[in-house]
Amino acid sequence: MNIADQIGLELVPVKREQNFEVGDTVKVHYKIVEGNRERIQAYEGVVIAVNNKCGSKTFTVRRVSFDVGIERIFPLYSPRIDKIDVIRKSKVKKSKLYYLRDKKGKSAKLKEKIYVKKDSLPKAPKAAPAVQTSGEESNQD
Amino acid sequence: MKKTLIGKKIGMTQVYNESGKLIPVTAIELGPNVVVQKKTVEKDGYGALKLGFVDAKEKHLAKPIKDDLVKKGLPLKRVFREVEVFDESLQVGSEIGCDIFAENDSVNIIGTSKGKGFAGVIKRHGFGGGRATHGSTFHRAPGSIGACAYPGEVWKGQRMPGRMGTDRVTVKNLKVVKVLKDKNIVLISGAVPGRKDSLVIVKES
Repeated sequence: MNIADQIGLELVPVKREQNFEVGDTVKVHYKIVEGNRERIQAYEGVVIAVNNKCGSKTFTVRRVSFDVGIERIFPLYSPRIDKIDVIRKSKVKKSKLYYLRDKKGKSAKLKEKIYVKKDSLPKAPKAAPAVQTSGEESNQD
Repeated sequence: MKKTLIGKKIGMTQVYNESGKLIPVTAIELGPNVVVQKKTVEKDGYGALKLGFVDAKEKHLAKPIKDDLVKKGLPLKRVFREVEVFDESLQVGSEIGCDIFAENDSVNIIGTSKGKGFAGVIKRHGFGGGRATHGSTFHRAPGSIGACAYPGEVWKGQRMPGRMGTDRVTVKNLKVVKVLKDKNIVLISGAVPGRKDSLVIVKES
């Protein structure tokens, strides 16, 4: 990082942790000033890109409303962002999902990534460690 | 009299303002400048402050400059500029820091623009050029420069291709976004002429 970016980064009021990945569906709670009062607006969509900018990061959120694709770019450290909720995690193979712009309907869907806690796994995954241990057992024999 | 300091461009970055908007800023290392000489109307015919900036090694300075600085007991500097006497209380040897500028001050910045090399008229003077396709044989050339019977010569000042850039450029009325006193750095909104590490003069506007 160059010196100028370091200076800019030191002046960032709150450094937010990136709690999402590319492909996740997120809900960004963004503060909006209306006249002289402030309210929070939620913007929901798929994160299609995370970019490094001046030592910081920006992320692009895409949503399709009324058949029109909308993309908004948020700076990660922006004090205007109240919070970022992750709604759904997806399985993606690319770091930039720009191909979603050309897709429509079902083909624009991403496969959901499901995390399951090890302890709560049903029978099938339990069998897997058993196979590994069986190898050790044979060695003991 | 307008406050003026010599500085060095560090580069560009971005900061959030009070309302949470990201704004592009240029970081400038400003000062501390040392007053090397104070010119007076009585002695020199005009009043001016000679400021010194950028620390130097003894071997890099010409002997007359070095001897002058050593005689006055000043730190060795290698960049000098004359500016208006903006503060009468300044004497030879006094240091001026970037804190003479405050946030939201309006400043003019003088720098040397980046060199573009030998450039054609389209890049250098903004000529329109010709059509690219449809049988056009006239693309980026300057065209006629002296016509026929009238004027029958090339007028002085005719815009032609040539060396572009490395000019002295002044950008007026830029806002000071932040003054970082301990680092001697000033953040100025927007772009500033010149490349990184180039010398700039920051002047109150």
